[in-house]
Order: sequence, then structure tokens, then C-alpha cells
Amino acid sequence: MPLERDTLEKLILDAFADAEVIITDLAGDNDHWSAEIISKNFAGKSRIEQHKMVYAALKGKMDGELHALQLRTKDK
Amino acid sequence: MTENLALKNIKDDIENNDVVLFMKGNAKFPQCGFSALVAGVLKDFGVEFKDVNVLLDPELRQGIKDFSDWPTIPQLYVKGEFVGGCDIIKEMTESGELQELFEEKLTIKK
Repeated sequence: MPLERDTLEKLILDAFADAEVIITDLAGDNDHWSAEIISKNFAGKSRIEQHKMVYAALKGKMDGELHALQLRTKDK
Repeated sequence: MTENLALKNIKDDIENNDVVLFMKGNAKFPQCGFSALVAGVLKDFGVEFKDVNVLLDPELRQGIKDFSDWPTIPQLYVKGEFVGGCDIIKEMTESGELQELFEEKLTIKK
């Protein structure tokens, strides 16, 4: 289900207030995104935990299209 | 009842195989680019693994997501532990962490 870049960015920033977010549209169709998120919230957490935090923030908003979101998460 | 069977099969697979990849399609014929990527990485490392095709059974497909508390496929398990999906595997390959993991948990040297 297509999601606007602004919506995706807002969802991420709502959950990670200090985050630097770089969103890339991979296919030009608003349906395949790559999100690089840098946030202090990720400190000390494994990659799996970091990605789970992002998935939790987007829960229900992406309507099962999470496979179309590539994630790179980093601690600040 | 079949949901419990799916869960039991998942647990058995993870316990009885050193490396398990829950994927779309199988290792010979992946049916998704992300699954193909992870299967390809394992082959590059020369790691033997069991491929489990989640497309064959909707309860398996949902079951592994519930079991791992992870919403996407593929999912890689090494020695009973969830390592990650495609993005994480890619990062770990690039950083050398995956090599280290295999050397530590299996007896693979590259």
C-alpha cells in the first residue's frame, strides 16, 4: 500500500524525536522505501532490537507492507 | 490445532538444524529478491542450511512471524537464535560480523 514520504518520515520522527532520517524511494512508486535512521534511542541495542523498535513505531500503519521497507539503523 | 502444529514444526526445525532459513520459495528457486539474497549469502559462505518455504503454508508463514516477533520474511536462525532478516544479514556481511558469527557458532572458515 503506497505511503507518502512525509507520512513515513513523520511516523519515524514521532517515535524517535532526535532522529536523523534519510528516506529513499527505491522504485519511484511510493511503495518501496529505504530508511536510514540515526538516533540515540538505539544505543546499546542489537540490530534486531533496533529494527523491532522501528517496526513497532510503524505498526499497523504500513498494512503488512513492511517487506517493502529497507532499514538501516544507527546509534548517534 | 494446526497453528500449534506449525509452531511445533518451527521449533523442531530450529532445534534440529544448525542453520535454518525461513524464506519465500526454496534455496534452489527463491521467490523473492530478499530471500534470494540471504540464500545467496549462505551459499557464498559455504554454510549448509535448511530452507523452509513459508509460501507452502499460511500458518507457517504467520507462525514464524509470531514466533520471532518479526514481521518480515526471510528470517535466518543460527544455532536456535534469530540472527535477522535481509537488511541485517546484508549489514553483517559487509561489516564482517556474519563471518565471525559463522566461525564462532559453526565450524566454517573462509
